[in-house]
Amino acid sequence: MIFRIVKIVMVALALGGLIWINLPSRIPLQFTLGDIAVDTSIGSPVLSWQDGSGQQFTKKFETKFGLDLQGGSHFVFEADTSKLNASDVEDAISSTRNIIERRVNLFGVAEPSIQVLRSGQTYRISVDLPGVKDHQEAINLIGQTAQLVFKEEGELDPSIPISIATQSAIFRLTKDTGLTGKDVRKAQVTFNSENAEPSVQLSFNDEGASKFADITKRNVGKLVGIFLDADLLTAPVVQTEILDGTAIITGQFTVESAKSLAVSINSGALPVPIQLVQSETVGPSLGARDVSLSLFAGVVGLVCVILFMIIYYGRLGLIASVGLLLYGLITHGLFRAIPVVLTLPGIAGFILSIGMAVDSNILIFERIKEELRLGKPHQTAVRIGFGKAMDAIKDANVTTLIVAFILFNPLNWEFLPQFGLVKGFALTLAIGVITSLFTGVFITRRLLKVFYTRS
Amino acid sequence: MIRFSKYNWLYALISLVVIGTGIYSMVRWGYRVSIDFTGGTEVTYGIGEEFVDTISKEDIEAGLKSVNATYQSHEYPDDTSLVVRVSDMDEQSEPQFREALAKRTSAQLSLLRLNVVGPVIGQEAIQKTLIAVGLGIMAILGYIFFAFKRASFAFAAVVALLHDLLVVLGMYSLVGHFFGAQLDTLFVTGLLTTLTFSTHDTIVIFDKIREYRKSHPHESIETLSDMAVSATMARSINNSLTIVFMLVALVLLGGSSIRFFAVALLMGTLTGVYSSPFVAAPVMMWIEKWRK
Repeated sequence: MIFRIVKIVMVALALGGLIWINLPSRIPLQFTLGDIAVDTSIGSPVLSWQDGSGQQFTKKFETKFGLDLQGGSHFVFEADTSKLNASDVEDAISSTRNIIERRVNLFGVAEPSIQVLRSGQTYRISVDLPGVKDHQEAINLIGQTAQLVFKEEGELDPSIPISIATQSAIFRLTKDTGLTGKDVRKAQVTFNSENAEPSVQLSFNDEGASKFADITKRNVGKLVGIFLDADLLTAPVVQTEILDGTAIITGQFTVESAKSLAVSINSGALPVPIQLVQSETVGPSLGARDVSLSLFAGVVGLVCVILFMIIYYGRLGLIASVGLLLYGLITHGLFRAIPVVLTLPGIAGFILSIGMAVDSNILIFERIKEELRLGKPHQTAVRIGFGKAMDAIKDANVTTLIVAFILFNPLNWEFLPQFGLVKGFALTLAIGVITSLFTGVFITRRLLKVFYTRS
Repeated sequence: MIRFSKYNWLYALISLVVIGTGIYSMVRWGYRVSIDFTGGTEVTYGIGEEFVDTISKEDIEAGLKSVNATYQSHEYPDDTSLVVRVSDMDEQSEPQFREALAKRTSAQLSLLRLNVVGPVIGQEAIQKTLIAVGLGIMAILGYIFFAFKRASFAFAAVVALLHDLLVVLGMYSLVGHFFGAQLDTLFVTGLLTTLTFSTHDTIVIFDKIREYRKSHPHESIETLSDMAVSATMARSINNSLTIVFMLVALVLLGGSSIRFFAVALLMGTLTGVYSSPFVAAPVMMWIEKWRK
C-alpha cells in the first residue's frame, strides 16, 4: 500500500516537473479568492548554482530559436592564408577568430556564435549574430583592418603648394614615429571633467610608453598626429614631454563614435585578411510569422491525428493520444534542457517526429489485436504483441537515426555539409526518434497496463 | 487475405507512368536550382498586398542597373512578399537597389531576408550534399543487406529505394516547373529522410513474409507475400496517414518558407508507403520465381 502511494507521488512529481519545464517563461497570476488577493507569476524554472570556485551558473528552461526564426545575421568569412607559412596558419586563424569574437562582444550581441570551419586547405569563420538587423554595420565592424599609427612632422610633399601644405596638419604629418597600435595596451572611453565630452584614452605598454616619451620630447611645440588607417583622428600640439604612458584622443566624438574607436584600437588589425563569402540576414517579423504559422499547422495536424486514432482504435487510441501528448511534452522539455536551438526545418522535424511517434503505437496495437485474434488471453496478448512490435520499431528507426547522424555531422567532418538548417532538422528528428523509442517502451506500456485491462 | 499479387502488372504500370512523367519533366524543364548550389543573391521584401504582381521584371532590372547586378528571377510566394534572385549583388549594394526599386514602383519595401552565397560556397555545397546523399544511401543499403540475409529480399528493397528516389526527383521537378519549388539543401534533406521511411515499411512486410514462411512452409511465395501484405496493410496505411496529416497541415498552413520542404517530405512518404507492397514485394516474388 505504502509502496503504491510512493509510486503515485513519484509519477505526480515527474509529471509536474515535466509540465513546469514546458511552461512559458512567465505567466502572470492575478486573482482574488475570498479575502486573499494573489498577485504573482509562474513560469518555467530557472536554476542557479555555484561551483567550487564560486562561479555562478544559471540555467533557464526557455525555447531557443535560431537566426531564421528570431531574426539576425549569419556570415561566413573566408580567410586568405596564402601569405602565411603552413605552420602559422592554425595560430593565425584562431587569433583571428578571437579578435572577431572580441569585436562582436563589444558590439553588444547576446549569445553570438563564432566558429572556424575547415574545408580542405580553406579556412572559414562563421559568425552568427542573433538579433542583429543592420548587417552592413556588422560586416564593417568584423572585417575592418584598424591600424593605429602615430606620425610627426616631416618633409612636405613637393607636389603640393607650400601655402596649402603648411596650413593643413595632414600634409605636415608625414614621418612615421614607429609607435603603432601594437604598443597600445588598452584604449578606453573617458569623459572630459569640464564639459563631459567623450574622448578616447590610450594606455601604452612599457615599450610604447618610452617611445611616446621620446616622441613628445622631441616634438614639444609641434604637431603629433594619430591616424587610424589613413584617417587622421587628432593632431594635438605637444605641450610638454609625456612620461606616464597615456595619451588622449579628443575630437568631435559622440559617445558611440568614441566607443567604436576604442573597439577598433583594442582589436587592432586582423592577422589574416578575410573576405565575406556568404551571408544571411533575416528580419524578426518574418521569423515570428513562420513560428506562429508552423505551430498552428502542428496543432491542427496533432488534432487530426488524435481524432483519427480515437475513431479508429477507440480506447487504445485514447491511450495512444495521452502517450503522444506526453511524448510532445518530453521532447519539447528536452529541447529546452539541452538546449536545442530550434530552426524552422527543426520545427518541421519535430512535427514529422510526432507523426512517426504514432507509428510505434500503431505497430504495438496491431500486434496486440493480432494476438487477440489468435485467441490468446488478454494479458498474454498485450505482452507478446508488445514484444514483437518492439523488434520492428527498433529495426525501423535505425536507418532514420543513421541518416540523421550523417546530416547532423556531429564531428564536423569537412567532407559533409555543415549547414545550420539541415543540422537543425536532423537534430530534432533524431531527438524525436530516440524519445519515441523511450515513450514506446516505457510510457505506452505503463499506460496499457493501467488502463487497458479486460473490458 | 486479398490477392494483391494478381494485379502486379497494374502496380508496374502506375510506377512507370509516374516515373515516366517525372523523367519527362526532368529532361524537359529540369530544376530551379537554389542559390544554395549556384551561388547568388536572394532577397525577400515585405510589400503591401496592393503591390503583389505589380512589380515587373523591367522594374527590377531598372533597379539593378544602379548596382550593376544581373536579374535572374522574381516571384510572389504569398500576398505580402516579393522574392528577387540576382547575381553579382553583395550585401553592401542591396540598400541602393532597394531604394531604386522603391522609387520606381512607389512601393514600400521592407527587407525581410537577404541571402548571399558566394560561387565557391555553392560549388562546395553541391559536392558535400552529393557525398551526404551517397553516404546516406550506402548506409540504408548496408542496413538492408544486414537486415535481410536473403539476397532476393535485399535486391527487392534496393529496387524499391531506387523507385522512390526517381519518383521524388521527378515529381519535384514537376512541382518546380508549375509552382516554383526550388532544388535546395532542404529538399535533399527531405529526400534522404523519406528514403529511410520507405525502408521501414519494406522491413515490416519482409519480416512478416519470413514469419509466415516458417509457419506455412508449403505455401507459394505469392501466397506468403499476399498474406504478409494483407496483414501489414492496415498498419502501413494508418501510420502513413498520421505522418500525412502532419505534413498536409504543414503544406497548407505552415507558411511559404518551408512549404516545398513539406511537399518533398510528403511526396517521399507517399511513395515510400506505396513502394513497399507494390514494388518491393512484386520484385521479390519475381526474383524468387526466376531462381527456381
